[in-house]
Amino acid sequence: MTLIGVGALTAVGFASVYIARQSVISTASLAYAGIFLGLYLLAHLVARATVPHADPYLLPIAGLLTAVGITEIYRLDPTDAFRQGMWVVIGVAVFALSLFFLRRDYRRLESYRYLFGVGAVVLLALPALPGIGATINGARLWVKLGPLQFQPGEIAKICLIIFLAGYLREKREVLAQGRLKDFGPLLVIWGGAMLVLVETKDLGSALLFFGIFLVMLYVATSRLLFVGIGAALFLAGAVVAYETVSRVRERVTIWLHPWTEHAVYCAANGKMELRQNCASFQLTKSLYSIANGGYTGTGPGKGTFTTTGGDALIPFLNTDFIYSALSQELGLIGAAAVVLVFMLFVMRGFRIALLASDGFSKLLAVGLTFGFALQTFIIVGGILRIIPLTGITLPFVSYGGSSIVANFLLLALLMLVSNRANALRGIE
Amino acid sequence: MNRGITRVATLALVLLVALIVGTTYWQVWASSGLAAKQDNAIQAVAQFTIKRGKILGSHAKTIYATNVRRRVEGQTLYFRKYPNRGLLAQTVGYSTQLRNRTGLEQSLNDYLTGTNSNLNTVIRSTLDRLQGITIKGNNVFLTIDPVAQRIAQGALGTQCGAVFAMEPSTGRVLVLASSPTYDLNLAENHFDAIRRIKANCRPASPLVNRGTGALFPPGSSFKVVTAAAALDSGLYTPQSQFYDPGYCIEYGQKVRNAGDPESPEQFGTLSLFTALEHSVNSVFCKIGIRLGAKRILDYSKRFGFYSLPPLETPESERAISGLYKNGRLFYPSSNSQVDPGRLAFGQERMIVTPEQMAMVAAGVANKGVVMRPYVVDRIEQPNGSLVTRTIPKTLSRAIKPSTAAALNSMMQAVVTGGTGTEAQIPGVAVAGKTGTAETGNSGINTTWFISFAPADHPRVAIAVVLQNQTGFGGSTAAPIAKTVMEALLKRP
Repeated sequence: MTLIGVGALTAVGFASVYIARQSVISTASLAYAGIFLGLYLLAHLVARATVPHADPYLLPIAGLLTAVGITEIYRLDPTDAFRQGMWVVIGVAVFALSLFFLRRDYRRLESYRYLFGVGAVVLLALPALPGIGATINGARLWVKLGPLQFQPGEIAKICLIIFLAGYLREKREVLAQGRLKDFGPLLVIWGGAMLVLVETKDLGSALLFFGIFLVMLYVATSRLLFVGIGAALFLAGAVVAYETVSRVRERVTIWLHPWTEHAVYCAANGKMELRQNCASFQLTKSLYSIANGGYTGTGPGKGTFTTTGGDALIPFLNTDFIYSALSQELGLIGAAAVVLVFMLFVMRGFRIALLASDGFSKLLAVGLTFGFALQTFIIVGGILRIIPLTGITLPFVSYGGSSIVANFLLLALLMLVSNRANALRGIE
Repeated sequence: MNRGITRVATLALVLLVALIVGTTYWQVWASSGLAAKQDNAIQAVAQFTIKRGKILGSHAKTIYATNVRRRVEGQTLYFRKYPNRGLLAQTVGYSTQLRNRTGLEQSLNDYLTGTNSNLNTVIRSTLDRLQGITIKGNNVFLTIDPVAQRIAQGALGTQCGAVFAMEPSTGRVLVLASSPTYDLNLAENHFDAIRRIKANCRPASPLVNRGTGALFPPGSSFKVVTAAAALDSGLYTPQSQFYDPGYCIEYGQKVRNAGDPESPEQFGTLSLFTALEHSVNSVFCKIGIRLGAKRILDYSKRFGFYSLPPLETPESERAISGLYKNGRLFYPSSNSQVDPGRLAFGQERMIVTPEQMAMVAAGVANKGVVMRPYVVDRIEQPNGSLVTRTIPKTLSRAIKPSTAAALNSMMQAVVTGGTGTEAQIPGVAVAGKTGTAETGNSGINTTWFISFAPADHPRVAIAVVLQNQTGFGGSTAAPIAKTVMEALLKRP
């Protein structure tokens, strides 16, 4: 039922964008929606066959978010939407395969925990390797293999969560007592990940990984003290980073003072410019975009994203800044609805964690769900100037292949956990 | 573990709620502040998605500002077009992509974009917005008479100057011509072409609305204000007798009469009536000394001096008439600070706008009552329903009806047999007053003519000013006033 709802919403979305942009409904837009619906039907059938007891809301919610994202990307750039569509196909395939292979017991992942831990660090380090790494937008986050390029960070996040869930489940009691030597492997892998992230200047992911780590440690040990120590370490680290890493300092300055009245030094062109025309160009333009939405928005397809000459006003609109595009076209009502859908997903995720019967499952669900929520907060909060802006994707919505694939993997894992928990409850 | 999970879940939800709060802040609280930012490129484009209201003559036949549609990246944008080019340019103003606006395009921007707070506009634009229909602005209808406006602009030609005409009984502005003018369509992409415009003054400043925003020495046209003070205060009557030796003595120095070719250098014994008719400086000099500068200035205030004359154009495009000292408006705290004799015949540091002088003429014409000038007749929604209509309002009661009646006949004499004979119109009684202000460069004058007609039942009051003239007000400005007056009196 909910699937039909998602399909209908997608069709309406595409159609409204089409009407607004071309003044006619094209069969192409409906075909897009049809393919999309077919894909979801497929995903749904696979889920019914492999994880029949899984939470029924997760897949439709993910579908809805993907549909919202692809509709907005389509509105901004139809070619990108086509590519995103391809990635959704791959994502659904990954989703289906994960469900299929792990349908009996996903908990065997736990036995490979160290492999996942080391894998996470290696994945993160890949872009730093000469030859295959590529720097895009000031951060070295990409791996280029021939025509294919992807961000391994998103997959690394899931690997790290699996490692943490496995390790913390095993050592939670001794960790809670504060035996230092048990922190060893944890700190090696986690520290390695943080080091790589700071080295590659991926501040958003560093913040995300830090948050996930602290929360999982807290849930495993129930010791607020660890969170306190972690937070203190974070503050100390932040101060050191602010003093030593120019990129961090710049981000904080942009965050605190995006507008200047007098020209300041502009690193991009070496001249004196107002900051809103230089370093904080993207942030301020994106805020203008959000503000232009008002309560009701300009309507799908009716937002302003180009100059009167047709040039793009905001760089990276369909990846990092997709939320500001959505906010302008859908207004407060629409943007709040999108955030509420995220909330719904997060609430279902924590419900799964609560219902799960074993420690590994609980920790896995908490890590995945909180990571999902925190990632949403980091990018949208950055756009909204709640925290300094760091480039990171909005789950399911942003344009980006690795992000889509990773999130479908995350979805599959949550559904596996949920399936087992509900099945066991049924037996009882 | 479950207690920890519940706490973490709460934290996650708090973070996401913060996003909704943040979005609300930017879309509701900060939205208008951001929209006003100069570097807001979205507003710079978004303004073109609105079908801006038209600026029209009192009938929709004359179009001063309209739109052309263009599709950019699948978006329909509306760009401004000014079919009447330079006609009424400074008053209409321009609206460009850089969001620089002038004139009514600036001051009525809310109405023209449909963002004014009148209830029917709010309802309509909200409905349009919700339906995704192009938002349309309201249409502005002006009081300007297009025929007379064109005649006035033509009569000014390449001379620097202005014509300001209004209806004395209502304050409707009928002509507001400023010269040199410029093609409003050039403002978008060819601003340098506007800067290159030449005229008989330097700088030519075509962007300045000389009718309302430029200050000129009034010369003898100011004698109307002095005479109003003299008569209204009861100290003089039109028949008061004077002896004119050809000069007036102030501070022990002789102040000579102007060498007007149509008047003798020396009049001997004459009345106030004749003194105004022939613009005799020495008489007004004596009157000024007796009245004192402050009394004259107080009467000028009653006509609107020392405050910003009302009009719908932006405040920055209008100027306050009065005495200026070091570039700033100056009102003396004691009589001794101002030379009353020179002030009385329009010298000293008195500078005025054509709008203000038209208000003086209109005040005399309208039995002493000065009406608020207005150039916007009404504003209508695109479907023709009324948003607002200007109701004529009294600005001030400057002088008694009897004073106005006396001045009226004195000013008629100026046209029938005095310095303003070139403003005569066959079959119509015209009242007027000439002005010729020296500029400091010998032989170069700023010339004036203020008038109203028909004198017994005035329908039009006009002020004409010309810069850099070698002639006098009566020979340069009066003929232009006459031409414009004739055109305006032909109106039904």
